[in-house]
Amino acid sequence: MNKIIIEPGLTEKNYWADLWRYRELFLILSWRDLSVRYKQTIIGILWAILRPFLTMIVFTIIFSKVAKLPSDGSAPYALMVFAAMLPWSLFANSLAESSNSLIDNTNLISKVYFPRLIIPAATLITALVDFLISFVILIVMMIYYQFMPDLQIILIPFFIILALMASLGPGLWITALNVKYRDFRYVIPFLVQFGLYVSPVGFSSNVVPDKWRLLYSLNPMVGVIDGFRWCILGGNSPIYLPGFFLSLAIIAFFLWLGVSRFRKMEKTFADII
Amino acid sequence: MSDVVIKAENLGKKYTIGHQAEDGRYVALRDVLVHNAKNFWHKTKDLVSGKPIIQGDTTEEVWALEDLNFEIKRGEAVGIIGRNGAGKSTLLKILSRITEPTTGRVTIDGRVASLLEVGTGFHPELTGRENIYLNGTILGMTRAEIKRKFDEIVAFAEIEKYLDTPVKRYSSGMYVRLAFAVAAHLEPEILVVDEVLAVGDAQFQKKCLGKMGDISQEGRTVLFVSHNMSAISELCQKAILLRSGQIEVIDNVHTVIQKYSEHAIRGSSINLTKLKHASRPQQYGKLTCLSLFDKTMTPSSTFTMAQPIVARIGVHIYRRMPNAEIGFKISSKMGSAIHYYCSTWEGLRQDLEPGDYFFEVIIPQIMLLPAQYIVGAWLMQERTLLSDDYIPDITVIEVIGSDFNGNSADFARYSISGGEVYAPSQWRII
Repeated sequence: MNKIIIEPGLTEKNYWADLWRYRELFLILSWRDLSVRYKQTIIGILWAILRPFLTMIVFTIIFSKVAKLPSDGSAPYALMVFAAMLPWSLFANSLAESSNSLIDNTNLISKVYFPRLIIPAATLITALVDFLISFVILIVMMIYYQFMPDLQIILIPFFIILALMASLGPGLWITALNVKYRDFRYVIPFLVQFGLYVSPVGFSSNVVPDKWRLLYSLNPMVGVIDGFRWCILGGNSPIYLPGFFLSLAIIAFFLWLGVSRFRKMEKTFADII
Repeated sequence: MSDVVIKAENLGKKYTIGHQAEDGRYVALRDVLVHNAKNFWHKTKDLVSGKPIIQGDTTEEVWALEDLNFEIKRGEAVGIIGRNGAGKSTLLKILSRITEPTTGRVTIDGRVASLLEVGTGFHPELTGRENIYLNGTILGMTRAEIKRKFDEIVAFAEIEKYLDTPVKRYSSGMYVRLAFAVAAHLEPEILVVDEVLAVGDAQFQKKCLGKMGDISQEGRTVLFVSHNMSAISELCQKAILLRSGQIEVIDNVHTVIQKYSEHAIRGSSINLTKLKHASRPQQYGKLTCLSLFDKTMTPSSTFTMAQPIVARIGVHIYRRMPNAEIGFKISSKMGSAIHYYCSTWEGLRQDLEPGDYFFEVIIPQIMLLPAQYIVGAWLMQERTLLSDDYIPDITVIEVIGSDFNGNSADFARYSISGGEVYAPSQWRII
């Protein structure tokens, strides 16, 4: 028999086991988000393709044709942009969705118990599905440019997880703060828009002068995007390793911060939402 | 295995509430700006230092629950009663782990399912079938469990035909039936239920009560909050009466309901002595108080169409009054009289000696269309011209619609277009 003890400030020892016990809830919440996502839209799932694709075209024209920035090695510029656009939209979507997730599920939080971590985590799946759909476009583009990837493409799943983790950390923190201070709801769209230009999406991170490279890698998405490009474009865009490890450390730090802040505030959600 | 499944010790819950300073304190724009700037500065300071921010100028601590101690045994069905704000819902929220207590501890032995709302997490865009899975999982059922009970749930809800229709197209009755059907098929060791039966028609309410009774007979523990005393006494053997966050009494259900009703009668009556009204002679006596109850003798100001209303009218007599007549009146919101209920019509003629009296009138069926109405009362000597005391507008009551004759009539619509009284009639095509 499982005894539950409810006490103020008592962090349950079996929190992570509880999380596992509620895995079906996780699955069904992600399924719900997915199935209502494009209800009552005409082109439905095409939105997942259209947005990154159009942004890619604009970026290619502006950064390559107008600003005349160089591509990575011999890789086509459009392909280089799209290889970064994919992880970026994965990051941006999951950050936006997860940071609003608690507010969007107010009724659940105030009426039922479950480990609250499930709600923001479930939103990652929606972003991931969008990502997988637009990945098809990347494959089509690679065929069009007759670009053959090297063996490191099998490392892609690792970088997908990295992008998700990079968004989960701040996402958890912001969604917890959002419960109390709705200001953060307005921070995210700004952050995402801002980040799109600060991160090496429209250009290669090789255009950043070497002495600034490490500093630039403080932006955790630099590591993720560089990794993605390396997987897809191979030797054309080598990874700058010190920067990559710095990005990894930053992601890990934010993940720890997000989870610990979230856990701390979790129990008061129902009182203040 | 111990017999006690829920044990609460010194349980308390504190809320901090912020109050806005009264309007009109700041007149000049400069003052308002300075005030806002100060506020902003305090908030920033709190945010940085990680303290919780309280909106408002002054704060107040409120103990929603204080020092609760109780034990609940396996297989018991326990009702939790108390007036609004007594802490019933807070207690349920703590027991179902939605919010954590400020002090004390609870030990729970077994799987808890809580039903604080029907249809938690229902998504309007999803079909009935999909919502059964969604809601079931949210309430803590496994997929396999839902699959096994799926047909039973659908049959209980009586929605077979609309299983693949989005629930946003459902009527509110269907929606509630489906939501409750899912919840009724939970099989936890401990079931915690808030006032959820208030919705749905009478027949379905009965069905739900029956289902919940089955649950407690199967040896599972049920905690049940309701304002409906007949539901509580039907379902529970034991009850807890809460009063401003503290346990007033734990005992068998009838004793507790008795105690609650005593409080309720005292607590809910409207004092008429201070009510300003047109001057009347008041040479024999005056009206002192009025209390209204629904069919379960629960104090209420909301009544269901075709259900009883009970009114208790208090009078104070200071000079012997022969042939006293007490009256109760219902008028429309515009003030025109609809119903008079009069003691002498029904044969109650009494000479009243000086003293305090309470008159009770039972109106077996309130046949008004759903709307708001004004109630009043009077005291007079029969067959005199002027009443001795008369207050036409004591308070407002609300009549809500119901499907009492099973014809799914949309009564509310007709009260909007000016109707007030319902009278039965028979229809056929000849």
